Amino acid sequence: MSNPASTENKSIISIEHLVKTFETKNGPITALNDINLDIKEGEIFGIIGMSGAGKSTLVRCINLLEKPTEGKITFDGMDLVSLSDNDLNQARKSMGMIFQQFNLLMQRNALGNVLFPLEISSVPKDKAVEKAKELLKLVDLEDRMYSYPKQLSGGQKQRVAIARALATNPKVLLCDEATSALDPKTTRSILSLLKEINQKLGITIIVITHEMKVIEEICTRVAIIDESKIAEIGDVKDIFTHPKSPAANRLVYPEGEKIPENFDESTHYLRIIFDGRSSYEPILANMILDCNETVNIFYANSRNIDGNAVGEIVIQLPNDAQRAEKIKNYLEGKGINIEVFDNFTDREEGDINA
Amino acid sequence: MPDGIIPILGLNIWETIYMTLASTLIAYAIGLPLGIILVITDKDGIQPRPVPNSIINVIVNIFRSIPFLILLIMLIPFTRAIMGKAYGSTATIVPLTIAAAPFIARMVESSIKEVDRGVIEAAQSMGATVKQIIFKVLIPEAKPSLIVGATISVTTVLGYSAMAGICGGGGLGAIAINYGYYRYQANVMIVTVILIVVLVQIFQAVGMHISRKGDKRL
Repeated sequence: MSNPASTENKSIISIEHLVKTFETKNGPITALNDINLDIKEGEIFGIIGMSGAGKSTLVRCINLLEKPTEGKITFDGMDLVSLSDNDLNQARKSMGMIFQQFNLLMQRNALGNVLFPLEISSVPKDKAVEKAKELLKLVDLEDRMYSYPKQLSGGQKQRVAIARALATNPKVLLCDEATSALDPKTTRSILSLLKEINQKLGITIIVITHEMKVIEEICTRVAIIDESKIAEIGDVKDIFTHPKSPAANRLVYPEGEKIPENFDESTHYLRIIFDGRSSYEPILANMILDCNETVNIFYANSRNIDGNAVGEIVIQLPNDAQRAEKIKNYLEGKGINIEVFDNFTDREEGDINA
Repeated sequence: MPDGIIPILGLNIWETIYMTLASTLIAYAIGLPLGIILVITDKDGIQPRPVPNSIINVIVNIFRSIPFLILLIMLIPFTRAIMGKAYGSTATIVPLTIAAAPFIARMVESSIKEVDRGVIEAAQSMGATVKQIIFKVLIPEAKPSLIVGATISVTTVLGYSAMAGICGGGGLGAIAINYGYYRYQANVMIVTVILIVVLVQIFQAVGMHISRKGDKRL
């Protein structure tokens, strides 16, 4: 499975009508409400939401660390909820999991930690050691295999945890806020390691996070979870360019809309949408040079997702209709998504004229 | 100091060590599993079982609340039934064990509870069984704390063993009571007290050293 895209249509995990309620002193609390998800083999699927949205509960329901109140979870053809304890433990060996706080065994060194899942699967000692060393090499920690967690940095601990999660050759790797305790640089290195694992080993990865950055960096598809429900689900690129739900908008534009205070009713604005097609071309600079028009940038938000520029820039059009038309025609001629509107605050409802 | 007290003291130091270690060891055979069961059957444990959990809790509390001296006297018929006699250092192992086991169960319970919930969850996510979690996660991860607990238990049992001297228990406590209390020989009592203090210090120092040396978090 060197090319994850080739297996894209086969489902590995499907969640149907999942409900999870917790009994508390103040009555039941619904953490998850009618969740339906279909995760394809070989993809990196993101689940994002604000704190308390229920995303951690969701991932913990996938391997039944939390028992669903209602609903069905199918993993690799098995109905997990109906499995006996024994069979569930076997199924869990095909699902690795990593955590925000790493959760390493503090009294075992790196090698010992990676050996743990092999020991509980009764793998012969010499084979287990060989496998564990191989995995520590994969995560680039060969030289620290005899170090104890206490002696390792956060990023190194997460690498040990990844090696440990991969020891039983899982089909799926669940990442519960795996980079939330790490600094940005370490986060990037862990994310690129996850991506490498996905591509090299063909392991499906489910990433739970509250950071849009993480989703942009590695996910192909994303589900936005808000108030215990899935607010929106789709390709990462689509959600970044056209967030539909309020929850998605909040995540894509975390600081809220930047509405110019003294905007002029008679002014027209043009929204240029970057949907990844035109990533390496300096569109705005070329337009200014080719049309010989200077423009005023009102708002810009773009980022690099998987090598593609995604986002939008809002520019103020010249009041002269002919000059404005020239700019529009130029951009349309380049096959760029644009949208003209008069009122800056309209942009949420505005249809896109490609 | 009375003549011939030195060899008597020597013999009684040995008796004290023997009673203390033997009772602690047997008490651990009972208290360790009880402590672990208390943690795993707790409502937040890995295998919640409310009924056995509360039964063990009540039994442990009952035995913990009886003062040792009273327990010692109450148990005389029982000790005699098991050991054939109710005096001497070997017989004293019975009440010492019964007093120490519930205490140890609580010590073990608190040590095991210190194990990070997340680590247990990680083991569950890897498909570990309850038994594997107990032997490969809970006990090894709690080891430094369990050793500290064992050190405290040993010194507590040593203190109890001295009390047992009041009804023919043997050991340094018996010397202190027989010579110091009944015969007004304060100097003998002071010597035995010093010896008991030294023994406690040694047990404490050795236990702490082992715990610290084995703790990979330090």
